[in-house]
Amino acid sequence: AKKELPDHFKDYKNVWVFIEMERGKVHTVSWELLGEGRKLADKLGVELAAVVMGPPGADLDRAISDSWAYGADLAYVIADPLLTDYRNQPFTKGLNDLVNTHKPEILLLGASTLGRDLAGSLATTLKTGLTADCTELAIDSDNSLAATRPTFGGTLLCTIYTLNFRPQMATVRPRVMAMPERVEGRSGRVIPFPLTMVEENIVTKILDFLPDLTSNKVNLAYADIVVAGGMGLGGPANFKLVTDLAQVLGGDFGGSRPTIQKGWIPAERQIGQTGKTIRPKLYIAAGISGAIQHRVGVEGADMILAINTDPNATIFEFAHYGIVGDALQILPALTKAFQERLTQVRKAS
Amino acid sequence: MHIVVCIKQVPDSAQIRVHPVTNTIMRQGVPTIINPYDLFALEEALRLRDKMGGKVTVMTMGPPMADESLRKALGFGADAAVLLTDRFFAGSDTLATSFALATAIDKLHKEDPISVVFTGKQTIDGDTAQVGPGIAQRLGLNQLTYVSGIREVDVQAKTIVVERRAEGGTQVLKTALPCLITMLEGTNTMRRGSMDDMFRAARAAIATWSAKDAGVEDMTKCGLRGSPTVVKKVFAPQPRKDKAKLVETAGKTPADVAQATIDTLFAANTKLEGDLLKLSAAS
Ligand SMILES: Cc1cc2nc3c(=O)[nH]c(=O)nc-3n(C[C@H](O)[C@H](O)[C@H](O)COP(=O)(O)OP(=O)(O)OC[C@H]3O[C@@H](n4cnc5c(N)ncnc54)[C@H](O)[C@@H]3O)c2cc1C
Ligand SMILES: Cc1cc2nc3c(=O)[nH]c(=O)nc-3n(C[C@H](O)[C@H](O)[C@H](O)COP(=O)(O)OP(=O)(O)OC[C@H]3O[C@@H](n4cnc5c(N)ncnc54)[C@H](O)[C@@H]3O)c2cc1C
Repeated sequence: AKKELPDHFKDYKNVWVFIEMERGKVHTVSWELLGEGRKLADKLGVELAAVVMGPPGADLDRAISDSWAYGADLAYVIADPLLTDYRNQPFTKGLNDLVNTHKPEILLLGASTLGRDLAGSLATTLKTGLTADCTELAIDSDNSLAATRPTFGGTLLCTIYTLNFRPQMATVRPRVMAMPERVEGRSGRVIPFPLTMVEENIVTKILDFLPDLTSNKVNLAYADIVVAGGMGLGGPANFKLVTDLAQVLGGDFGGSRPTIQKGWIPAERQIGQTGKTIRPKLYIAAGISGAIQHRVGVEGADMILAINTDPNATIFEFAHYGIVGDALQILPALTKAFQERLTQVRKAS
Repeated sequence: MHIVVCIKQVPDSAQIRVHPVTNTIMRQGVPTIINPYDLFALEEALRLRDKMGGKVTVMTMGPPMADESLRKALGFGADAAVLLTDRFFAGSDTLATSFALATAIDKLHKEDPISVVFTGKQTIDGDTAQVGPGIAQRLGLNQLTYVSGIREVDVQAKTIVVERRAEGGTQVLKTALPCLITMLEGTNTMRRGSMDDMFRAARAAIATWSAKDAGVEDMTKCGLRGSPTVVKKVFAPQPRKDKAKLVETAGKTPADVAQATIDTLFAANTKLEGDLLKLSAAS
């Protein structure tokens, strides 16, 4: 049952993307969202705004100019030293006041730890709808946002609307949307906005920050080539066949959830609904059956090659290329063949 | 100290099926469990109580049969349980859910002041991670999400120090009580309930509150009416039209298959060879 949008929401306009910056670095999901936001704004015939919040300085300035390069028309900027490290209270306050003043119709945030923490509290202070972890955003015929997301552990999809409230809010997981092309030389308008807060107002204090050890840092989500193994490998020792191939291709490796649960490989290597979403140029899945929870994490790959002994394995329903065979024999053969081929080409050039 | 843990009864998601014709969810006969993420919150709450003294109240909003989950939580050692159940709550999205839970928590707080409210990181069905922050905002509690450990609690000074998972590292945060913590998974292991607790749980009286009992005055903030989001359709993912092209394997050695595969991939994407040259040189 659709009601007319209440009058006080009628002047809500434009698409906003929250630019997530931590310790001087913008999370790539924000650029992916600007790419998606651009499409929505064009469809609606409105402007695309970046919301940049952080301490004043070179990092903030770079985040603004990068926003132009990734498609923003304007940037709302809250520059304040209180925003140096992420804390819920000042970010919720700043963004809440900004929304109430400048009134966007759509507000997108990354479904990262920071984005989910902030989006959940902001939607509550604004008393509006928030659709989580969307995999598809579209504008429907009456100009509302149709946000589609997986549910029930990825077995189903649903499309959700926020019909009678504004802004329409949604979060999107990293790597679900494609990275937009960077366009140099674009520029836009900066609209500064104050954070009316002092440190004494903020209850939570940061005592320390313990960075993750670099040796543990896995950038699987951003790898161009990913090779992954599943239960079909039969045991942890055979993962060497996966890592060998990944290394020859200059890529990274991962696995299905049960290989993590069995302790064959570390948790940050899990690919799928409850692990990482990947968008490589080439994804090679060996001994993975292709359950829906795995599929949703790999569908963004340009090309999927599956190796499985079972010709009826589900993975052949969405892989582009398949080899029906024993991964323990095919993987080393592929490693050798790729290595020889690449050496050959390198010599020839 | 009084600690409240919010738990949700969820379908065991591996067993959810979609009706092949109507594309609707078939819930009938699907077994339910306590949302697995909530067990980490419950265990952390029980540990805190064991250390500091006080009591743990578990709360859920759901259909009458959700009392099963509460009884299970009592069996693990929780002290009291509240079931929020009312047709006014039906169809709640996260905004309406956090409204109902926050209203009921506030009522508990007036009877016996609460120091910490725990929730799980997210559920396995709705899977939004929005209810915890929603409760915190509504009650004006300091919000600590993705907490991986509690370092110290000072009841006198009313402060708590926690470790929180952030992007690229761990934040050590100090805040004032009362606060709301969403607990990260894998941070503890649920205890086995004692025989005593099991017996107590089986006989325990579970407080059952309607919206009115919980202290809700404005029913339009509950359930479907209080929910700004509208689920338009639920559907199964489309199968892709073309299945994988299979590389010929009959009578071939793995080496031949590998060569043929590389030829196929390079032919399908002429840029791949160049990309691989660059990537493999860099690594
Ligand atoms: C809420 C929820 C969330 C989940 N999240 C994830 C997630 O994020 N990621 C994920 O991956 N899963 C996830 N799962 C689990 C998922 O449902 C599947 O159970 C899992 O993906 C199966 O892993 P697998 O393919 O390695 O193992 P299996 O399903 O056991 O498949 C093994 C495959 O290997 C093949 N095989 C056997 N021997 C060989 C051989 N010698 N050579 C080649 N092939 C061989 C078999 O034919 C079979 O197809 C989740 C499940 C739930 C309920
Ligand atoms: C298919 C589908 C998709 C949905 N998508 C959205 C959406 O995008 N946006 C939206 O606003 N709503 C959505 N909902 C509604 C949402 O699932 C319900 O509001 C639900 O009551 C709470 O959300 P959650 O399951 O995501 O919990 P989360 O926010 O993931 O839960 C976090 C924690 O809050 C506590 N908690 C949550 N629910 C309860 C409860 N009933 N009782 C006690 N404690 C609880 C638990 O400790 C839990 O670990 C969706 C529902 C369905 C069926």
